[in-house]
Amino acid sequence: MKFPMSLYRSPQTRTGLILLTFVVVVALAAPLLAPFSPVNVDPSARLLPPLSRGLASSAQSGAPAVHAETALHLLGTDSVGRDVLSRLIYGSRLSLTVGFLAVLISAVFGSLVGSLSGYWGGWVEASSAWLIDVQLSFPFLLLAIFLLGALGGGTLAVVLVLALGTWVNYARIVRAQVLSIKNQGYVEAAHATGAGTLRILFVHILPNTLSPICVVGSFSMALAILTEAGLSFLGVGLDPSTPSWGTMLNDGRDYLLTAWWIATMPGIAIGVTVLGVTLFGEGLRELLDPRGLR
Amino acid sequence: MSASILDVEGLSISFGGPARRKQVVTDVSFKVERGEALGIVGESGSGKTLTMLSLLRLLPRGADARAVRASFDGRDLFSLTPAALHNVRGREIAVVFQDPLTALNPVLTIGRQITEVLRLHFRSSATDARRRAVELLTSVGIPDPPLRLRQYPHEFSGGMRQRVTIAMALAGEPRLLIADEPTTALDVTVQADIVTLIQRLQREKGLTVIWVTHDLALLARIADRVLVMYAGRVVEDAPAGKLFAAPKHPYARTLLGSIRQDAPKRNRAASSIPLTAADAGAAGCPFAPRCAEAREQCRNVSPVLKVYGGDTRAACWALDDGSTRGPGS
Repeated sequence: MKFPMSLYRSPQTRTGLILLTFVVVVALAAPLLAPFSPVNVDPSARLLPPLSRGLASSAQSGAPAVHAETALHLLGTDSVGRDVLSRLIYGSRLSLTVGFLAVLISAVFGSLVGSLSGYWGGWVEASSAWLIDVQLSFPFLLLAIFLLGALGGGTLAVVLVLALGTWVNYARIVRAQVLSIKNQGYVEAAHATGAGTLRILFVHILPNTLSPICVVGSFSMALAILTEAGLSFLGVGLDPSTPSWGTMLNDGRDYLLTAWWIATMPGIAIGVTVLGVTLFGEGLRELLDPRGLR
Repeated sequence: MSASILDVEGLSISFGGPARRKQVVTDVSFKVERGEALGIVGESGSGKTLTMLSLLRLLPRGADARAVRASFDGRDLFSLTPAALHNVRGREIAVVFQDPLTALNPVLTIGRQITEVLRLHFRSSATDARRRAVELLTSVGIPDPPLRLRQYPHEFSGGMRQRVTIAMALAGEPRLLIADEPTTALDVTVQADIVTLIQRLQREKGLTVIWVTHDLALLARIADRVLVMYAGRVVEDAPAGKLFAAPKHPYARTLLGSIRQDAPKRNRAASSIPLTAADAGAAGCPFAPRCAEAREQCRNVSPVLKVYGGDTRAACWALDDGSTRGPGS
């Protein structure tokens, strides 16, 4: 219990933690919180400003049209009458999922490459260093646009492309850590107890690299969320009908002057989430930094 | 098959490629009998630790160890398959390292580190391993094992940490325990406790123990036999009683002189001669530059180990012609 408590003590980290928790809770409880469907189009309620109500027409029943007011569009509607707040709420699911999965995949893959190359050296190290150099020599956005064009977009493709862009960070950090840890006394002691290579790598060495991985992970999650939004904004990311913050930005671009809320609201959501993750990561780094430890 | 649990002959260790070979251990031979406590003594860099590590093939990369024979209980340690080697490490021969601070993984609980060894060698279930870990901590004198198992190394004092590493070494139920300067990094008041603990465990479990140390006074108390190493060679190998009563090799005498107040001044003075680039591979007796009795022969030809009086071996030219001051003189 010591760990979460010390995270809570610093006001910055606390803010980050609260923002992050808020976004996560919203994402989890999306169906309960969203007042409208995030994908239903309502031509009668196009471009409604925030705090206005749409009209629910019952024309299809054949009876004379009875115009009753619908629930409040707290943040207005977009160009095809979808509720911005509802899309925002559902969009948080997507942003968090994409960010989290991208970080998970890149962290696992990067750490694996980094630890193997750090531990074995030789040709393993040479080939992974080559791989890293190749990866770094491509401008990421170009690579992402190219790959997404080839793969045809979609959530999974976006996740994979984001992971591709960030695994190098983990590989480099883990490799440096492993290089110093593999000469520690306890690794030698583990050898002396008869532990095999894999056991030493996974039981004795990798847990020691966990804190830098966590820190890099939290920062690259913020970056992944931002990049996903960017890619969707550019139109190469997610399918435009998917409620994602990036696609919403893209949708609202044409109406910036007439209906500012369409693009502004997802922008704020992205800002809040990225801020939360970053503050949290900053706190995590302070906490896990060996110099500040104990 | 000999009765000795460990029988090493002609062990040499060198570093570097063929071009820049640096010999650090030369032609080391010794035997350890079952249940015996062998002390290996020598100053820093004399090859004590390397000799021990080489037996478990734990030498750093780039080191090359060769031996005419390195037999543990009839098996040749230098020709074991990797799988068999992993079964010897920890299971048959365990090591207690010098610095308990670095020998424990800071991010794993003590319990995890001990059960790790148990699960590795006995494929114990989690509950069995835990129960055994509690027993092990109890046997090394750590109070409140269930609580301690959940703690991390930094929550232990130096002496307690060394007890933990001893418990880890014993987890594989080894027959030979190599204690590599187990007390050097510890507080003087704790040293005696650790030594007594290892001695008690040796008695209770019938362990064979090799003590690697530079503390001759310690060996006088605990060792059955003492191997004196200098610059990568064995210079004297004698039963502890004989060595301390009548050391044969000038270096052994110097060592003893450094801890004994009744030794002649001449021997004590020799202990302060600095060690000048003692190259174990060079010609001549490696101790010659510091030896008060060195002569021409010593500087040109390296003396070989010879048996004196049945159970003592020493490598010194002076012992042959009797010109050296005899033990009693």
